[in-house]
Amino acid sequence: MTIEVKNIVKKFGAFAALDNVDLKVGDGELLALLGPSGSGKTTLLRIIAGLDWPDAGEVSIGGEDALARGASERQVGFVFQHYALFRHMTVFENVAFGLRVQPRAIRKDEATIRARVKELLDLVQLDWLANRYPSQLSGGQRQRIALARALAIEPRILLLDEPFGALDAKVRKELRRWLRSLHSEIHVTSIFVTHDQEEALEVANRVVVMDKGRIEQIGTPGDVYDNPATAFVHGFIGESIVLPVDVSGGSVRLGGRPLNIAANGAASGASNLFVRRHDMQIGPAGSGALEGAVRHVRSFGPIQRAEVALSGGEGKTVIEIDAPRDRELRAGETVSLQPRRYRIFAAQR
Amino acid sequence: MTMQSGLATSPTQLRVYAPTADLDVASPPSREQERARAIVSPRDSRTEPGPVRFVIIALALTFLTVFVVLPLVVVFAQAFSKGISSYVAALTEPEALSAIRLTLLVAAISVGLNLVFGVIAAWAIAKFDFRGKTFLITLIDLPFSVSPVISGLVFVLLFGAQGYFGPWLQAHNIHVLFAVPGIALATVFVTFPFVARALIPLMQEQGTQEEEAAISLGASGLQTFFRVTLPNIKWGLLYGVLLCNARAMGEFGAVSVVSGHIRGETNTMPLLVEILYNEYQFVASFAIASLLAMLALITLVVKTVLERRLDEGQIPSDD
Ligand SMILES: Nc1ncnc2c1ncn2[C@@H]1O[C@H](COP(=O)(O)OP(=O)(O)OP(=O)(O)O)[C@@H](O)[C@H]1O
Ligand SMILES: [Mg+2]
Repeated sequence: MTIEVKNIVKKFGAFAALDNVDLKVGDGELLALLGPSGSGKTTLLRIIAGLDWPDAGEVSIGGEDALARGASERQVGFVFQHYALFRHMTVFENVAFGLRVQPRAIRKDEATIRARVKELLDLVQLDWLANRYPSQLSGGQRQRIALARALAIEPRILLLDEPFGALDAKVRKELRRWLRSLHSEIHVTSIFVTHDQEEALEVANRVVVMDKGRIEQIGTPGDVYDNPATAFVHGFIGESIVLPVDVSGGSVRLGGRPLNIAANGAASGASNLFVRRHDMQIGPAGSGALEGAVRHVRSFGPIQRAEVALSGGEGKTVIEIDAPRDRELRAGETVSLQPRRYRIFAAQR
Repeated sequence: MTMQSGLATSPTQLRVYAPTADLDVASPPSREQERARAIVSPRDSRTEPGPVRFVIIALALTFLTVFVVLPLVVVFAQAFSKGISSYVAALTEPEALSAIRLTLLVAAISVGLNLVFGVIAAWAIAKFDFRGKTFLITLIDLPFSVSPVISGLVFVLLFGAQGYFGPWLQAHNIHVLFAVPGIALATVFVTFPFVARALIPLMQEQGTQEEEAAISLGASGLQTFFRVTLPNIKWGLLYGVLLCNARAMGEFGAVSVVSGHIRGETNTMPLLVEILYNEYQFVASFAIASLLAMLALITLVVKTVLERRLDEGQIPSDD
């Protein structure tokens, strides 16, 4: 089932929570929606599910106009950011809910419902919790029950709003893998919201990066990491060093001093140079675009992280870089730095 | 995102972007920190020295005894002062039976109506945003802030012979004032806030998440209400109904104004208590009063039980 969102605008008062959002999700795809807090991720999901209505735009699910139907008719599985399990029902009844409220004409008999719930609880590996109440479950268990409940109605599409947001890093990692294998098993078109870039990159086929109610970039995990479309994406996905530079006629200057790097077609004016920490190559003094004194080195795993105070300019600019362990760095040493890969984006005013 | 233009001159001016994964693990205060805080906190300042505590408790108990327990005891003592048979006789008088019947009827009507109105009002206030919401909340509290006598008078002004609807009602031979409808109306008005007030905070705290989940699972509005909303508020609802009922049965002022005191017809129990008392029929008067007192005691017990259920119902929030 495909999902298509066209020119969606959603305003709360004068504030635009969604500003002309366009999105297509292919059949059976698992799409990650990534963005900082308040970027409009939940709002977009709610509109797709029919829990909110857009001020303008279109939503279609499986080629049908979804806005013509209410939330209860859309058959959308929604896993809420805060689970929203029915607190007065057992786990079993929570999962059975969607089956019990079906119109009489298509409602299944009790035995079928029981079998189906059992099956779903097996799927999320929590059949032994059937008689507990939500308050007696751990966060990760609640999350999986919420997912089982959403799957019970055989949803045409599945929307997961930060399903692992409230869990600790380890459980998150486990559930994330589990979700990925679950998806390859049941193949339902899914949108998965997160503000954790690692999670998005690991789980999804495609990643949508949002900021301030707009879509900044859509691409494969590799794409958004290697070819960020905007300064925001570069800063948000992966860690970046940002240096304020001036671009004029193809030359790049840092604090008035020319940097020996190409502008790569960046427009003239105040700009920012973005370099990934591990894309700064360290060389002997006098051989690179930048120079600085190593102030502090920490080694862990395969890399060493060095704090380098850049020389030149009036004050001290300190950046953190990651270097492989093969070349030993010492505090106090003067080194040159050459960006291997970098991007220049016009500075925002 | 803020970015500087020009040269960064100090280390802090330079931004190194970290993935949010690092940012969002805001570490909660550790056990150690919390323990440290507990030790530092001047816990002893809340505990008064022994004698002071004793005096305060003794004062409270004396006050309660004089103003609550003593009157209750007196009511029962007076009611049974001429023996059980005269107590039973007083309660089985036709006038007394009629008053009891009327009180039960009026209470049933007001509890029934206020149950429906209260749930609807609380639902509207807690689950939707609309203009005039604060005004509605204020309006719900109005019966509490107006003297019951005034509430009664309002109905006299509306439905009395000289009132707005008086002539029309007379022309159609409908009796509101000095009849059951008037008494019921006045009682409904006076007891309106109880159910709504019990439910609003409860429903506001629970939010709309579970309802939204139900709807996205295909439930209709009614199914959502009866399967999700109602079970979640049932203890609060019972609590409101209980208080509403107690007040409906015990209401004097508003009912007194609209009742007309027609013996055997429009006297409720509280009204009859006063009439009998004024006629020096102390045993009869206190016998009826003892019924009201028992209602109060039962209400108190049930209320305590319900409050405990309500507290237990406070399931720790999901996040
Ligand atoms: N009912 C509402 N009334 C007013 N403003 C709202 C409402 N719901 C959301 N907003 C605003 O819309 C913006 C987007 O909210 P949304 O919940 O979609 O963010 P999000 O991307 O899901 O964030 P998070 O990662 O914190 O969950 C926020 O600035 C929020 O304050
Ligand atoms: Mg959200």
